[in-house]
Amino acid sequence: MTRSGLRALLLALVLLTSTACAGWGGGGGDGGPNSINVLMVNNQQMVDLQRLTADNFTKETGITVNFTVLPENDVRDKISQEFSSQAGQYDVATVSNFEIPIYARSRWIAPLDDYLAKDPTFDQKDILGPMTASLSGDDGKIYGEPFYGESSFLMYRKDLLAAKGLTMPAKPTWDQVAQLAAQLDGAQPGMKGICLRGQPGWGQVFAPLTTVVNTFGGTWFTKDWQAQVNAPEFTEAVNFYVDLVRTHGETGAPQAGFTECLNNMIQGNVAMWYDATSAAGSLEAADSKVKGQIGYAPAPVKETASSGWLYAWSWGIQNASAKKDNAWKFISWASGKKYEQLVGEQIGWSSVPAGKRASTYTNPKYLAESSAFAAPTKAAIESADPKNPGVQPRPALGIQFVGIPEFPDLGTQVSQQISSAIAGQVSVADALDRGQQLADDVAERYRSRTEGNS
Amino acid sequence: MSTATVEKATTAATDTAAGKKRKRSGAILGVVAWIVGLLFVSPVVWMLLTSFHSESDAATNPPSLFAPLTVEGYANFFGADGGASPWPPLLNSITASVLSTILVLIFAIPAAYALSIKPVEKWTDVMFFFLSTKMLPIVAGLLPVYLIAQGIGALDNIWFLIVLYTSMNLPIAVWMMRSFLAEVPGEVLEAAQMDGCTLMRSLRTIVIPMVLPGIAATSLICFIFSWNELLFARVLTGTVAQTAPVFLIGFVTSQGLFLAKVCAAAVIVSLPVLIAGFAAQDKLVQGLSLGAIK
Amino acid sequence: MSTTVEKATTAPADTGPNQPGALKSAGAWARRAPLLPALIFMIVVTQLPFVGTLIISFMNWNAYYPDERGFAGFDNFARVLTDINTRDAIITTIVLTVSVVLLSLLFGMLIALLLDRVFLGRGIVRTLMITPFLVVPVAAALLWKHALFNPEYGLLNGVLTWLFGANAVQPDWLTSAPLTSVIIALVWQWTPFMMLILLAGLQGKPLDVIEAAQIDGCSHWQIFRYMTFPHLRQYLELGGLLGSIYIVQNFDAVFTITSGSLGTANLPYTIYQTFFQAQDYGRASAAGVVVVIGTIVIATFALRSVSSLFKQEGGR
Repeated sequence: MTRSGLRALLLALVLLTSTACAGWGGGGGDGGPNSINVLMVNNQQMVDLQRLTADNFTKETGITVNFTVLPENDVRDKISQEFSSQAGQYDVATVSNFEIPIYARSRWIAPLDDYLAKDPTFDQKDILGPMTASLSGDDGKIYGEPFYGESSFLMYRKDLLAAKGLTMPAKPTWDQVAQLAAQLDGAQPGMKGICLRGQPGWGQVFAPLTTVVNTFGGTWFTKDWQAQVNAPEFTEAVNFYVDLVRTHGETGAPQAGFTECLNNMIQGNVAMWYDATSAAGSLEAADSKVKGQIGYAPAPVKETASSGWLYAWSWGIQNASAKKDNAWKFISWASGKKYEQLVGEQIGWSSVPAGKRASTYTNPKYLAESSAFAAPTKAAIESADPKNPGVQPRPALGIQFVGIPEFPDLGTQVSQQISSAIAGQVSVADALDRGQQLADDVAERYRSRTEGNS
Repeated sequence: MSTATVEKATTAATDTAAGKKRKRSGAILGVVAWIVGLLFVSPVVWMLLTSFHSESDAATNPPSLFAPLTVEGYANFFGADGGASPWPPLLNSITASVLSTILVLIFAIPAAYALSIKPVEKWTDVMFFFLSTKMLPIVAGLLPVYLIAQGIGALDNIWFLIVLYTSMNLPIAVWMMRSFLAEVPGEVLEAAQMDGCTLMRSLRTIVIPMVLPGIAATSLICFIFSWNELLFARVLTGTVAQTAPVFLIGFVTSQGLFLAKVCAAAVIVSLPVLIAGFAAQDKLVQGLSLGAIK
Repeated sequence: MSTTVEKATTAPADTGPNQPGALKSAGAWARRAPLLPALIFMIVVTQLPFVGTLIISFMNWNAYYPDERGFAGFDNFARVLTDINTRDAIITTIVLTVSVVLLSLLFGMLIALLLDRVFLGRGIVRTLMITPFLVVPVAAALLWKHALFNPEYGLLNGVLTWLFGANAVQPDWLTSAPLTSVIIALVWQWTPFMMLILLAGLQGKPLDVIEAAQIDGCSHWQIFRYMTFPHLRQYLELGGLLGSIYIVQNFDAVFTITSGSLGTANLPYTIYQTFFQAQDYGRASAAGVVVVIGTIVIATFALRSVSSLFKQEGGR
């Protein structure tokens, strides 16, 4: 190619691409005053929301919504980066009831009370009590609205229990569940008694495991910030959990998270599963192999009255956002009653983002589809008490987590030890001793802070 | 060039009795090579097959080879039922990779020239410096880069990514181009100079054509590494400048089945690199052959 | 390659030292000029963030406690160097890098030797072989984790069931051998890269000498050991160098396949965890600085004393 030809080509290329200098994404109304950016986790309910937004929300309000959808671990990291630096790239993000009180304290998210006052159709009173409580800041203001909420319960194959002449008690204890798991082992060829999470992660294995710890009388920290990870109650709970998984649990337990156990349950590889109430929607979906065969019992207990966890994927508005009004409109629509109706009609009633509004549980169409699990779900959420989940007072909010910023790192590191214990690579005692060291590091800082303040 | 001489060598060598034995073992080794090749490519074939299965078929035990084929996964990827469109991320990736590769070549070829044909003093130090820029774990530099981007308002901007990718690939490009340029025999340049060519002209008409396979090899490597980059793209982009790998991981959900969807997405996102690699593999081997130009 | 380097460096010397002072320095600057754009670009784009990392490593900076930001001296470094996680991460990184580089060099060489011969469909086999390197790494990691290693529906266990029936052993790959699983996935991706480099080297070997040796009756092994292998040495070193640089930095595979658990957390993953989960920017930056210093020390030793890449030796 001649020299001048090459030059011309290069020049053309540069000009062409300079016109797209900000990138190709964002859609037609990108960057305009009537668009907002939303950062979400890619759970099914959020993916459904993404599908329905353009034809409903954007048509009604003229606000274009640009979504970024990422897996849970990635989105948490991106959200924390974004909100801590107040970069203003996103207006709304899916944060949970773990982050919201912490972000509220650091003033990274905006309080929503003013918007609620001007938007009575949202009907905050319809939102379930524990949800509202867990999404409020220290000053009592509301800082987030739930998109869908969940607690935990025990799901079991009632047909298999019936075939073996077993019954599930109305309020099972963990010892009873362990016994049932032993009896259900091998109920069908290759089937194991129970599926429990074992995957490392503060929100993976430690979600169910911390509830077990709570109901066995243990806790991560006492009220005056003494770490209790290798205390007798915590140790007993972890030993119980690890033994149950190793003897009657699913294969590949150390890597099994929510999805793996869901798959195991659907494919008939396990007879019982203790996990999130939101799993019921998938188990009772039209194409599920086990539809109609699942019974639901409250989360097993030992020394407490209830032990289900409390978790809500919620919307928070970044304080640095310049489009808070539009952001509120989006939140109000996504968490509103009309949206639930929309999902029910267009996708299916079992896909409705439930677990946040009392009105959902009085909606006859929803109840018709979800009769199997609606009542247990609502009961589980309403019996959850994030302030007092165990037998002793706690220094921070949270049932299956401790509401301090250090917890994701602490929980994940200790969970890696627990996973190794489930794999049989370390003993539970060693894992918990190491966990105690890590927890004590964190607790020490809090002790010195409270001493400094008093 | 070299294949012809190889062929000559093998025919010469097989004419003897020992040669006939070599011929037989050669055929066996050929079969072995085929087996190895098929073994290595089987995960990719499996990925392709899974992308054409439905979600529940993709998650059976044992894995189903002959489950009915469906384009569900691909439909999902291309945004059926109002899902997100994959074209902006794909175009962003193409823009970022192509432009950063061009920039890399613009910087690297002169630099490599200055380090090989008429090298500066202490060229080994310069080479070492280039290499040392790749020793800081990218993760550790993430925060300062993020803060700088935030400060100059370049978050979610494809040009910032282009600059980063250029700096990411420049050291390797300089190393590779230096090796190729060092192969150009000094006599050729001297002869051209004696014939009256200016330096620029001899560069353009003699040197560049000689190292064209090397340039192709370097460009391919830079393109591949830019296209595949995930960490910076995930942290620094948002809705406007999202690249293909970030779009890909958006299909991995922790609450539900996703294998078929992700395989379909992986096939499409890997496609440009696969095509580029297959098309240029001759040049790649030629170019990496430091000395086969003779 | 090394002899031509020698030639190249001697050629300009002819014009250098014999010139008067001013012309000589003008000549020197003309030689430097083409290098400057690349050099300046790299300095600006890489050293600014590095200086930033250095500064932050001396600070006490946790995003959740903005009031406690301040100068921390060598605190962060002390914590990084005494932390048991860092030590584990260093060992893991070394094991991971050395295994992957050595294994992929070995396999790459064997396959390159196989592909060096002429046989039916050689081009196709070569195309098949380079495919793993062309798959996007995060996609490859997802593929290995979910479609291959998964004990329930992965292909590896499925093949075992086909071969040995319903009672076949179904190992849980990721649990029982996590680091090995990551190594396998990485070797799969990087062998084609090494193979290409070594194949290029093989196709440039001195054929006339080898042909003579074959006719004289030398065995394959003798030819390989005394002729092919020395010629390949610089290619092996190039492959080893490039591979090490990239695999030390590897993040996608560890993050995706095992989430850094079960003893697979390498240095990039540990630094990432400190940044994004603990939000302890000071400590993460200190870890980054420690890694740079360590790598430079190792690389200096390796490149200047062991490698032939920077030396000017005869023999080609």
